[in-house]
Amino acid sequence: MIKTIQTLTRKSWLAGLVVLALVAAACGDDDEGRDPDAPIRIAMVGPSASNDLAFTQSMVDSLDRLGQEHDIEVDITDGTFVIEDAAVAIRGYAEDGFDIVLAHGSQFGGSLSEIAPDYPDTYFAWGTSADTFGLENVYSYSVKADQGGYINGVMAGHLTESNIVGVVGPIEVGDIKAYIDGFANGVKSVDSAITVNINYIDSFSDVALAAEAAQAHVDAGADVLTGVSQMTVGATGVANDHGVIWFGSQSDQTPLGEDIVVASQIYNWDYQLGEIVDDLLAGVKNGRVITADFNNGGLSMAYNPGFALPSAVRAAADETEAGIRDGSISTGYE
Amino acid sequence: MSDFFTATVLLATLASGIRLATPFLLAALGETLGQKSGVLNLGVEGVMLLGAYGAYYATLRTDSVLIGIGVGVLVGAFMGVVYGVVTLALKAEQGISGIGIFIFGLGISDLLFQKQVGTPTPIDGLGHFSIPVLGDLPLIGEALFQQNVLVYVAFLLVPALWFVINRTTFGLNVKAVGETPEAADSLGVSVDRTRYITIIVGNAMAGLAGAALALELAIFQQNLTNGHGFIAIALVYFGAWRPSGVMAGALVFGLIQAMVLQWKTLGIVVGTTASIVGMFPAVLTILVLVVVSRGTGAPAALTRPFERGH
Repeated sequence: MIKTIQTLTRKSWLAGLVVLALVAAACGDDDEGRDPDAPIRIAMVGPSASNDLAFTQSMVDSLDRLGQEHDIEVDITDGTFVIEDAAVAIRGYAEDGFDIVLAHGSQFGGSLSEIAPDYPDTYFAWGTSADTFGLENVYSYSVKADQGGYINGVMAGHLTESNIVGVVGPIEVGDIKAYIDGFANGVKSVDSAITVNINYIDSFSDVALAAEAAQAHVDAGADVLTGVSQMTVGATGVANDHGVIWFGSQSDQTPLGEDIVVASQIYNWDYQLGEIVDDLLAGVKNGRVITADFNNGGLSMAYNPGFALPSAVRAAADETEAGIRDGSISTGYE
Repeated sequence: MSDFFTATVLLATLASGIRLATPFLLAALGETLGQKSGVLNLGVEGVMLLGAYGAYYATLRTDSVLIGIGVGVLVGAFMGVVYGVVTLALKAEQGISGIGIFIFGLGISDLLFQKQVGTPTPIDGLGHFSIPVLGDLPLIGEALFQQNVLVYVAFLLVPALWFVINRTTFGLNVKAVGETPEAADSLGVSVDRTRYITIIVGNAMAGLAGAALALELAIFQQNLTNGHGFIAIALVYFGAWRPSGVMAGALVFGLIQAMVLQWKTLGIVVGTTASIVGMFPAVLTILVLVVVSRGTGAPAALTRPFERGH
């Protein structure tokens, strides 16, 4: 079983891809179908760093785990915060004959809708989204992030002493909004009198602004914070400075604050990747929306073993998770 | 809205705005010096990134923010030497060279971070330093005089740079070189030497700006500066090449950002309205660039290479 993961910085990479694409186009590559004995070639285009402890890393980690079950070859272009760069990379990977191309970011949908029809033999997946553009070779993936948000919110509701909780969000879309709305509803389920201040800073990457947003929450009296996306490393810094507890999402954010991180909701894209790989190996294209949740293993909780979480709060979290799994608890997010 | 107009919130906004303004101010002051001598550096963003990474990594390894600051400044100064050689010795076009420096800084800082650090790891950054007596003043003491040390450095550099530019022989040479390099040369002023100095000092300040950002946030991440360097360049025009004007621009930009954050936090603006309000800083900058800066002349020789006899 061979697994190769390469993380390339985008500039040198993109230049190479353009050349490859031109050469391949000039040669008029004929599709001869994939060799069943060859490794599955998977390419990923991510908006931030592969080790961002957030959205991009969650997919990198999932690919790592997929490599333990399948013979795969992985190539990653990260840091494509410029959508046009990502589009070049996506097209380049398709042109280069990768079996599966992951456009890991809801902002890449417009580009993918134009690129995917040109490469009907390639399996494309993108997310978070619920749109496949009506194409058989496009899969979209989403997560019920409100579920883990709700669980985090329940714990936050129990742990806050000031009865003020702060949220630092990037842009009010997709799984971000789901997580934050779920979190707020979770807090309110404990005590509707708790104030949940939500601050969308309109940026996925402005670390300085995230830090100041977190500071604004602390100034407003918040003693519990949460946030989503790669910019939250700024917010966790403020949380560390003030000893304010933090709840994470997307990846395990314990390394960002071993004394203050309580728990993180983790995106395990293994489920969605497994479905797409199964289709690939079966030789069928059945583009569809694949949604992860706690029941199918697409979501899970990671608790910081270094944080002294009161047993009653942990029990409340576990009960909430069980209730979400069996449907007896609704997160209130539509 | 009444929640906003309380002393506590207003002072928190003031403190936040000053913190946000600091990296812009440091980088813009450095760029002002360079542009006064006729050299445009669009690579400020890249130099800031390198300075930020250098400061972060040095602090991570040594647990000393002083060493971190020093490394940030040295990295910036080194990039100044590089940019000086490219634009002065090799006579490369300044705009394109600056973009090259930006891309280089973006790529190398990320590459080094990936190879040397990997996962974002918090460091002990710049703590807050309370200035004796002033820091204890009621109301404004905490907002103005309990900041990190680089905030004070940045604002002290404003009069210092004004003095250098307007009250020293070197400053007069800088202005002469930026306006009419041929005349300055004919009077025995070394155009290249003057420009080398302004470029190196200006880039060192960009490196310091990156260090200020990384050490205030106590972490590094890919593309940490997120456009700070480009805004700093805009602030030079905003401030009409005057240190005080640049400071005013940086403060306006930072304070508006801080105000918008407070409004969002307090729920004064939500949803689409919040997104529209969030564009205020950028819109204001553009408006000022168009309206206020009109008629204010840039250094006449800005972006113009100098060759004796040409």
